Amino acid sequence: MSENILDINDLRTSFFVEGNEIKAVDGVTFQVPKGKTLGIVGESGSGKSISALSILQLIENPGKIVGGSINFKGEELTKAKNSRMRDIRGNEISMIFQEPMTSLNPVYTIGQQLRESYKIHEGLGKKEGTKRAIEMLELVGIPSPEKRINQYPYELSGGMRQRVMIAMALACKPELLIADEPTTALDVTIQAQILELIKELQDEIGMSVVMITHDLGVVAETCDYVAVMYCGKVVEYADVETLFANPKHPYTVGLLNSLPRHDVDQDELVPIKGNVPAPDEMPTGCRFAPRCPHASDICSKLPGLETQEDGNDVRCWIYTEEWDGEKGVKVYDRESTT
Amino acid sequence: MTTFIIRRLLQAIPVLIGVTILVFSLMHLTPGNPAVIMAGESAPQATVQAIEERLGLNDPLHIQYFNFLGNALQLDLGTSIRDNIPVFDHVQSRFLITLELSVYSMIFAIVLGLLAGIVSAVRQYTISDVVIMIVALFGLSMPNFWLGLMLIQWFSINLGWFSPTGWGDPDQIVLPVIALGTAGAAIIARMTRSSMLDVISQDYIRTARAKGVKERVVIFRHALKNAMIPVVTVIGLQFGYFLAGSVLTESVFAINGLGRLIIDSILQRDFPVVQGAILVIAVTFVLVNLAVDISYRFLNKRIDLN
Amino acid sequence: MTENPLLKVENLKQYFPIKGGLLGRTVNNVKAVDDISFTIGRGETVSVVGESGCGKSTTGRAILRLDEPTEGKIEFDGKDVLGKNASEMRSMRSEMQIIFQDPYASLNPRKTVRQTLNEAMDIHNIVPKKERNDRIIELMETVGLQKHQIDRFPHEFSGGQRQRIGIARALSVNPKLIICDEAVSALDVSIQAQVLNLLKRLQREMGLTYLFIAHDLGVVRHISDRIIVMYLGKIVEIGDTKSIFENPQHPYTKALLSAIPVPDPKKKSERIFLRGDVPSPIDPPTGCRFHTRCPFATDKCRDVVPELEEKDEIYKGKHSVACHYALDIQQGKHKPKYNMTDVRKSLDEEGTDNQSTQKEVEKARK
Repeated sequence: MSENILDINDLRTSFFVEGNEIKAVDGVTFQVPKGKTLGIVGESGSGKSISALSILQLIENPGKIVGGSINFKGEELTKAKNSRMRDIRGNEISMIFQEPMTSLNPVYTIGQQLRESYKIHEGLGKKEGTKRAIEMLELVGIPSPEKRINQYPYELSGGMRQRVMIAMALACKPELLIADEPTTALDVTIQAQILELIKELQDEIGMSVVMITHDLGVVAETCDYVAVMYCGKVVEYADVETLFANPKHPYTVGLLNSLPRHDVDQDELVPIKGNVPAPDEMPTGCRFAPRCPHASDICSKLPGLETQEDGNDVRCWIYTEEWDGEKGVKVYDRESTT
Repeated sequence: MTTFIIRRLLQAIPVLIGVTILVFSLMHLTPGNPAVIMAGESAPQATVQAIEERLGLNDPLHIQYFNFLGNALQLDLGTSIRDNIPVFDHVQSRFLITLELSVYSMIFAIVLGLLAGIVSAVRQYTISDVVIMIVALFGLSMPNFWLGLMLIQWFSINLGWFSPTGWGDPDQIVLPVIALGTAGAAIIARMTRSSMLDVISQDYIRTARAKGVKERVVIFRHALKNAMIPVVTVIGLQFGYFLAGSVLTESVFAINGLGRLIIDSILQRDFPVVQGAILVIAVTFVLVNLAVDISYRFLNKRIDLN
Repeated sequence: MTENPLLKVENLKQYFPIKGGLLGRTVNNVKAVDDISFTIGRGETVSVVGESGCGKSTTGRAILRLDEPTEGKIEFDGKDVLGKNASEMRSMRSEMQIIFQDPYASLNPRKTVRQTLNEAMDIHNIVPKKERNDRIIELMETVGLQKHQIDRFPHEFSGGQRQRIGIARALSVNPKLIICDEAVSALDVSIQAQVLNLLKRLQREMGLTYLFIAHDLGVVRHISDRIIVMYLGKIVEIGDTKSIFENPQHPYTKALLSAIPVPDPKKKSERIFLRGDVPSPIDPPTGCRFHTRCPFATDKCRDVVPELEEKDEIYKGKHSVACHYALDIQQGKHKPKYNMTDVRKSLDEEGTDNQSTQKEVEKARK
């Protein structure tokens, strides 16, 4: 595997509400290889967005990073000073968010908001900043940027606002872009534009990307590696082709089986039974055991994230010596789904 | 924007007409013959008739109103019954003092209220937040005349730092401004706090932090301008309360302002002066609200859309 | 299928007036739905798809007269819907139910499941009071809720379970037609699959008819018999599910389908990027509404409104499209004006703020 730009190990982020600790991110481990795209996929409550915010230490009260390490190009971010984190944010690591409609400040023009990045990180004045801002808007395909720069966010459509967000995030040519559900709020035709744009700009700038999404289609199209999260933990990590061709964790398989596809005919969807457990009912062993069709006695203990022969990292007892359930259980049956 | 200003100006006209009708009817709503009330129960018939004559009380009511309105438009508010000086002159000199008192109190309230509100919001649930909110609750609940009396007791009589009466010198200004401005500061602080808390949890604040903006700049540049939008409305409303509150404050501190003029004139049953003073206050109030509306619109560009 | 349909919509128009100017007069209209016609057969699932602002949700609301349609004719089970007075309409509503996207917002937070279901039955006086309780439990079991949850409040349920309550409420009055307005859009995939399976099972068992409004084309392919594709208040294409997905005729449908990411890294489809954003429905483009974004558009498209018609013999009775050049494009006689697969080419067009138009509609509705 090539050099990693970001290496996250056993990251833990908790929220402290009324004396209770809610472990939103509970020992997350993944790597982002340089120049590649890592997808973090999971359903609501899986902790994928909190993991992303933790990288930039944007977790707000009552949330706190309580353990683990975030290694960015050899630097330990959990120990970085505030001023160092500010240097990194928007400069070395940038982030775009789900809601383009609310992610831009409504009372400042597009130009003012773009110029701010240049002022903070490169000390550019108004004239120079404006020039660079216009270049950046051109780069993300905003028509007549000289005009747009004096407009307020409400004057732009959703797709265009997300492009402005991208322009702002990429203003200082970051080495890592974290995109938190960047297209979830947009229509599919606009989503297609935005995803393509991110891909093109990634090649141009040579940055790495962390793509957080709940959409397996987006993962398949844009990512090189995938981490599947469930209840604050990574349950499977693999390169994208291996993951889709040979998913190992019963949760990953469950996700793929419940997905209605537009590109093939399916008879019946195979949903995952039950619901995501509430924070106060979290199982102490494998988090997925109560919903897992293969669960056995040993699943009341927490399995580790172990690397398999074909390169998948899987957090499941089935793939260990200790497995005490049905031998040779077929977790993923290709024929039944396509 | 221009259409908006024109529309607001046009909308102010019926309000102003309503105000003049109310002020005009003041004299006629009081039971009995206004001329008798002004002259005094025991005044001779001739004096009463003279007053009736002078104020045109014998004309039909609507004629009286239109005369009143017409004169008011030419800044002629009649003459005082007591001293025969034009009401306008009375009001003009006093109005400036009241305006000064209100504006200074306003500035005091805004500066203190905003600062306290911001600190409170940024340090939510800490000791400073709790203390500020308790103090604000006190400030809000205290009547300004009582606060004025307390201030005089402590700072003028006990400590001798400030003058207890009058207006003009710096040592005369401090106490009345605190007395009048404290309640406003408390209201602005509470409003600023809740508005700031709302804004701080918005997505665009997270965006600003993710850009590497310093926390101080996040608060004062990105959050405050948005949080100000509802606060401006409150400030505008406060100005009206300041004008009204000045009546009592001026009495406590023996300041020769419009408020005191109103009270004195009421006691002396000098109706033309009461009318004139109230009309000036009411018109000022309407104009301030107009200004607030327009600045609100200016702050909040998004409204343009609707 | 078109003989004796359950629902027949003819020339439906839904305009929302925009007030403005100094006097607050109606200065313009949001043409949310502009002259559409379609039918739904008994036991059929018909989906309406399209992007935000295309009028799909407005169509659903108009059929139930949640908004009063501006013009047109709606026939349900042979009865004229728009001619009914308020009380006749109320009894008719028991035959037509709707399930919304956000189950939490559409359930009264102060009412338990029992009260919610009881109330629905009460309004339409469907089941005798004595049998209500048994019926409620039966309904809960039908939608996969536990009997012991009967006295719980909405906040005690997860999103998927709340949507089941919404479905139970819709079923409680024995409807013939259920309009599902983005009913599964807010749910996570694993839960969404549960609810989709439930809807399919209910249809099999009770012979329900669905009008399914959704933007997720995966869901739509899975559940529908026929599909209506809408763009800016008009139907651009209508046809059998298989036919629409495997042989889309309208350039918009093609672009829409090509835009969906495929959950299989080995399948990279050729993507068609559309220029700009959806224009405002306040002043929709003349002629074909899609011509401003269509790579195939000509002067004719700008001037002449295309009729929805069967272009090809093989699609007789199965597939209609509103495009002047559908056949020519199919046969390769009519070429696009620019490279549709280049994202840069698609970005250089001015767009309008579509979401603010959405807000206009919301406002006008109030």
